Amino acid sequence: MAKKILEKKVPMPEQSPKERIKNFDEVALGYTVEMAVEEAKRCLQCKPKEGQKICVDGCPVGVNIPAFIKCIRDRNFDEAIRIIKEKNNLPAICGRVCPYERQCEMFCTLGKKFEPVAIGRLERFVADWELSKGVKIPEKPQPNGKKVAVVGSGPAGLTVAADLAKLGYEVTIFEALHKPGGVLVYGIPEFRLPKRIVEAEVEYIKKLGVNIVCDVVVGKTVTVDELLEEFDAVFIGTGAGLPNWMNIPGENLNGVYSANEFLTRVNLMKAYLFPEYDTPIKIGKKVATIGGGNVAMDCARTALRLGAEESYIVYRRSEKEMPARLEEIERAKEEGVIFKLLTLPIRFIGDEKGWVKQMECVKMKLGEPDSSGRRKPIPIPGSEFLMDVDTVIVAIGQSPNPLIPKTTPDLKTGRKGEILVDEKQKTSKAKVFAGGDITTGDATVIAAMGAGKRAAQAIHEFLSGKS
Amino acid sequence: MYKIVAKKDLASTIKLFEIYAPRVAKKAMPGQFVILRLDEKGERIPLTITDWSKEKGTVTVVVLEAGKTTKKLASMKVGDYILNFVGPLGKPAEIKNYGTVVFVGGGVGIALIYPEVRAFKEAGNKIITIIGARTKDLLIFEEELAKLSDELYIATDDGSKGHHGFVSDLLKKLLDEGKHIDLVVAVGPVIMMKVISNLTKPYGIKTIVSLNPIMVDGTGMCGSCRVIVGGETKFTCVDGPEFDGHLVDFDNLIARNQRYLEEEKLALERMKTHG
Repeated sequence: MAKKILEKKVPMPEQSPKERIKNFDEVALGYTVEMAVEEAKRCLQCKPKEGQKICVDGCPVGVNIPAFIKCIRDRNFDEAIRIIKEKNNLPAICGRVCPYERQCEMFCTLGKKFEPVAIGRLERFVADWELSKGVKIPEKPQPNGKKVAVVGSGPAGLTVAADLAKLGYEVTIFEALHKPGGVLVYGIPEFRLPKRIVEAEVEYIKKLGVNIVCDVVVGKTVTVDELLEEFDAVFIGTGAGLPNWMNIPGENLNGVYSANEFLTRVNLMKAYLFPEYDTPIKIGKKVATIGGGNVAMDCARTALRLGAEESYIVYRRSEKEMPARLEEIERAKEEGVIFKLLTLPIRFIGDEKGWVKQMECVKMKLGEPDSSGRRKPIPIPGSEFLMDVDTVIVAIGQSPNPLIPKTTPDLKTGRKGEILVDEKQKTSKAKVFAGGDITTGDATVIAAMGAGKRAAQAIHEFLSGKS
Repeated sequence: MYKIVAKKDLASTIKLFEIYAPRVAKKAMPGQFVILRLDEKGERIPLTITDWSKEKGTVTVVVLEAGKTTKKLASMKVGDYILNFVGPLGKPAEIKNYGTVVFVGGGVGIALIYPEVRAFKEAGNKIITIIGARTKDLLIFEEELAKLSDELYIATDDGSKGHHGFVSDLLKKLLDEGKHIDLVVAVGPVIMMKVISNLTKPYGIKTIVSLNPIMVDGTGMCGSCRVIVGGETKFTCVDGPEFDGHLVDFDNLIARNQRYLEEEKLALERMKTHG
């Protein structure tokens, strides 16, 4: 008799919405051993036929998913984490922030009929299990005498560095901020990605032999050309750190933040612990976050935790077009974030002291699909209305950081200032590679890691004379 | 970690620190600044680079005790370490031979004009320097600036030294006398820079100001330091800190610099009670 398959994922315990909006602790609590083993049993261990796509094909770094899940089923967690780390240097992070529903889980065979296997939750379980008992460091390879500089310590840079260190390169990461991790430390909030997890993963990368130097702004403290005098190759992974603005009247009023400023103050500087920590943050009672991506959800949910009475998401399209992950939209709603859809702010209005007090908006309708395939929002004439707000967070995306292209004259860039690379992440400049958001605009953590993996491979081929 | 290798009391509330930071020293140029963070719970604050030595690998900053972080820094000693020290940040000043350049330094701004005065002097300019403070004890860098300047004028709010009044009075006098001036550089409190810019505007004398908005990262990723210049939004940390004073929206800057007044007061009070 065929074994009965559980139709749904084993649920993951979470803090209740009422509790969690009062703290910055992680919302999702992770599987217990029994839950993980139970969920692992749902995996069908597919042996794909020629041309058939399975979970592995959806993973940007190609983790051998069926193999590590089989190990969980057999309760051999040591082997499970070894298999994951063959490909993925940051599993505790990916297991939390990857958009699995559009990657590995999208190709899950079980998902065609039922809910897909909870691959992300299982990856997270194994990674956390290892972190809690102490991480095993692989044996260091023989140094090959070659040096590589990595600019930026976000997901792309950390991945390149780890992969090259495993191949025997002497790798130095240069980071502009005082802590490594890039968006993992300044952008994604504690309640989605605890900073102790990021620190632990960075610690693992250091133990692989990677040297991380903070407080160095490449382009200012040192240029790419100067790095090339000392290093055999340079990888640029400086991300999309330039906030986009709406360019509407009143945007420089007090109380109007870029998402980057708001999140940097809260996450990197721990302003939610002011005055124990020195960096302040000011939040009003009625907070509007403009945008519909993951960053917007992070801001709106952070605002609630800082004590906002009403936290709005103001988005010019409908919910269907929102680029945020479904799970994050759901969580934001559970927590009480109010969605103002098909709404576009057209100006911010200030009081006599220069603080924002209102926002004029116009209602939108959806027209034909645009080049991105999403239906184009069109303002409805005469539908203007005022909304009372005392804090506004602009979360309408980021552009590639211009500092390095500006100070490296022979580096070719595209229309949006992104560094142009070939399929091997090679730039127009000899010995210089790039990857992550600096080459794509803003994308996902795992996409940046995928680019980091390709770049590490290409740098290795280049420096070992194979290409 | 960055070691404090020398410290000097310039005035009761103004201290000079020489900090060992060879990477920053190697690249520093007049007009640029650093961001520092004292300890794990500290905030990031910008300080203008006042001097540097590539040979010794040191960078000099001058700090006015104004709030919690600057008071804490002021109490630090030679041999102590600062946790983070990053730079040089911002665009360097554009240094060339203009002819006659008037430098106006107000308060701690006097220390900040020093490296530029030196560079402009070396570039062959005639230098007129006007410095001002609340009272004569707060006048700093007077000797150094006197050596570099062809003319030096002093103003104090209380009349304890030099002109009884503001630096702007002294500049107005020069303008009224019909003194030929090719460039004015003003560094100090926002209100002073605003007054100076308004004064030179009708004369069409190019005026450079060094803006001091609230910063967080100092690398262009957040926009906390945004200012309106010629109707456009600029980030002071990457597009400045120096801008054409005739194009700056000073009122917006004044309002934006008040954003955290209450929190700053709270942090300071808490420091006094908690140590």
